[in-house]
Amino acid sequence: MASPETTIPADLLPAPSAEGGRNYLNARTGIRSWIITFDHKRIGVMYLVSILVSFLLGGIFAMLVRTELLTPQRTIMDADAYNRMFTLHGAVMIFLFIIPGVPAALGNFVLPIMLGARDVAFPRLNLFSYYLYVIGAVFALFSIAAGGVDTGWTFYTPYSTSAGTHKAVVSIIFGVFILGFSSIFTGLNFIVTIHKLRRPGMTWFKMPLFLWGLYATGIMQVLATPVLGITLLLLIIERVFGVGIFDPALGGDPVLFQHFFWFYSHPAVYIMILPAMGIMSELIPVFSHNRIFGYRFIAYSSVAIAILSFLVWGHHMFVAGQSPLASMIFSFLTFSVAIPSAIKVFNWLATMYRGSIDLKTPMLYALSFFFLFGIGGLTGLFLGALAVNVHVHATYFVVAHFHYTMFGGVLMAFLGALHYWWPKMTGRMYSERWGRIAVGLIFVGFNLTFFPQFIMGAQGMPRRYYNYAPEFTRFHRESSVGAYLTAVGFVIVATYLLYSLFRGRRAPANPWGGATLEWETGSPPPVENFTTPPEVHDPYDYTDLEYDPAIGGYVRKRSMDRSSPHDAATTA
Amino acid sequence: MEPVSHEADATHEHPSRLAHHFDSPRQQAEAGKLGMWIFLVTEVLLFGGLFCAYAVYRANHPEIFVYAHKFLDRTLGGINTVVLICSSLTMALAVHAAQRSRKRSLVVCLALTLLFACGFLGIKYVEYKQKWEHGLLWGRLYRPVTHEAGAESVRATAPAATAAAAIDSMAGAVPDTSPVAPLVERSTIAPPPAGPPGLAQPRSADAHHDDEKPPNNVQIFFGIYFMMTGLHGLHVVAGMVVIAWILVRASRGEFGSHYFAPVDLVGLYWHLVDIIWIFLFPLLYLIH
Repeated sequence: MASPETTIPADLLPAPSAEGGRNYLNARTGIRSWIITFDHKRIGVMYLVSILVSFLLGGIFAMLVRTELLTPQRTIMDADAYNRMFTLHGAVMIFLFIIPGVPAALGNFVLPIMLGARDVAFPRLNLFSYYLYVIGAVFALFSIAAGGVDTGWTFYTPYSTSAGTHKAVVSIIFGVFILGFSSIFTGLNFIVTIHKLRRPGMTWFKMPLFLWGLYATGIMQVLATPVLGITLLLLIIERVFGVGIFDPALGGDPVLFQHFFWFYSHPAVYIMILPAMGIMSELIPVFSHNRIFGYRFIAYSSVAIAILSFLVWGHHMFVAGQSPLASMIFSFLTFSVAIPSAIKVFNWLATMYRGSIDLKTPMLYALSFFFLFGIGGLTGLFLGALAVNVHVHATYFVVAHFHYTMFGGVLMAFLGALHYWWPKMTGRMYSERWGRIAVGLIFVGFNLTFFPQFIMGAQGMPRRYYNYAPEFTRFHRESSVGAYLTAVGFVIVATYLLYSLFRGRRAPANPWGGATLEWETGSPPPVENFTTPPEVHDPYDYTDLEYDPAIGGYVRKRSMDRSSPHDAATTA
Repeated sequence: MEPVSHEADATHEHPSRLAHHFDSPRQQAEAGKLGMWIFLVTEVLLFGGLFCAYAVYRANHPEIFVYAHKFLDRTLGGINTVVLICSSLTMALAVHAAQRSRKRSLVVCLALTLLFACGFLGIKYVEYKQKWEHGLLWGRLYRPVTHEAGAESVRATAPAATAAAAIDSMAGAVPDTSPVAPLVERSTIAPPPAGPPGLAQPRSADAHHDDEKPPNNVQIFFGIYFMMTGLHGLHVVAGMVVIAWILVRASRGEFGSHYFAPVDLVGLYWHLVDIIWIFLFPLLYLIH
């Protein structure tokens, strides 16, 4: 069902939401109405802005790293500065962008509406979560201003307990500690909301799969992040009070830190990917106009990933001195955790089969995810194999693997979701043409940046190295050029999205033909989410939806006879 | 077990506590309960890390734990356990009173809970002070004194000072981190030459009991002790703050059978704080 791009004169469009265009954005004005809001939609928007600013900051660090690596020796900075650059790139991207990213910025907005609820279970806690995020970010920024940290984002002992100034190291660790609680409370909020605030009639298996993803993510956030909290607390106590729990001179064990750290940080990567997979489960069916294949399998696989993710942390420590038996067990479990992910990929593929594929920008991001996360996930298996791991541990192979999954996976899904829900959140459509150009640039740029890293990693290029052997120059240069290309792609995205806020066509309620509940309300939604309580129906049934060129969006046919889909659509 | 809370109706003199995003007070109460239980799970995971550290070090160095735990005062610890259990009782009674709209009972029980909590902290202060005076601290601050002081029997002998001195010398030039001038004299016996820790100490001909020769790295025990009881103490203080706030609200008559969720949820938190101590006490004080 092709949906041609049309430009509708503004005076022909119905008001985007009821009550003459009154929606959550313009219902109340003034800065106070934003910073002490309890409205999950406004909180989601504030998170989105903060997270995108953090992404910009992390991206700047990335560009500095890649610029330095253009030549085998010093290019623009000395070694100490370089160490700070990659540390801050990692820490900012992981703790300020990716982990909060999808749940806080998009989940907050969409989750209650998808459930048919008026808000999350604990709106004040939601606002508190946001402020914890801001406070954590402030501590991290303070650390950067105080000279930054060069420990790597993993803060391994004994270096992190002895090097650098207290001011810089303790403040970033404390910042991450606070960010952890922001994450915990968001997860808690989502779990209770999904349990208690589903619209009557919406059973667990009538929920959109994005919510299954957020639910499993919430479980992991709640169980894993406190362990990060205590780990970071121990690190601070060790550093400031010299307790000695990680110090061999005082009877401690530095590898214990690694166990503690990875016990959180491995589930953390699944906290990153599960919401992204949930997004895929929304984008693929909608833009294939085909019901999702294997709903239950996808739902259960989210839970399986959540559980299994707690059992594989040792695969970060194969060469850290843990026993061969432990390594073998972790390796086996690492292989098994790939299975639920694979189940999802096959189900999405099956969803596309015999569908009516609509190559809009969100779908292009989803297709990028398929390819890039596929590579990322498979190379994870390479890393989980013990013999191979010894060879590629701490090389660029690992760097490429996690960028393919985090960037090629999570970020592609995030961008796809941002484009998907942008009309709903802002009430505006963006330029589809520029959207496609940007996806192309980002996809090509990304592969150019990171594919050479697999090769040079396998050839022995270690990660986090400031200088490198001349034979790797070619790969590094390709990688850096790719980074610049990708950056251009992002600048284009930012430009047309910002432009759309002022000049974009006003969005209809359902521009894409989605069947989940957020498309039953206006774009942007009213403050209370729905003017009339929505009716719960199958979130993946598209048979009733038909494109109406007059409004540039989809409407639900109201014909009595559901068996003949050729009845004329009634008015919007 | 809990009485059904009345639906808020227009003729009831209490204001409706129903938040706009809930459909019914029951839904709101259930959501609150679930949220608090999930929060308690996160607290368990938080302390779980420390319990894990305890387990790892105790499994690898049981001799440290067997030796060092004797410096803890079981009596005081036992009293503290009883105190906290009593505070849990008064807290539960407070919730009970709130459910039955018995305001005076509620206020009294909350106040008693606070009193018990103060008692707990007071005893902890005494214990900590004793440790401080005897140099039984963490990391490099571990300098056990050999002089007996007060009711607590300190079994530090010359080898203990030796071990501490040996650790000091191993650690290199360590700035003097000794606490405020201790009230007891330090040992004036010069440390005999000793090898680096980790090597077996040569056994003397009299075959001293292993008990009398302290193991290396005793400070690990005290590091774990202070971290676990310290974090727990912080949670006690936080709990007291919240209970005090609930007490103020209760004295204003805000709670009754129509609305007692805050008391209920704070009670749950307090019980968790209690139960963590109930695990801490035997693990730290009652090692066999």
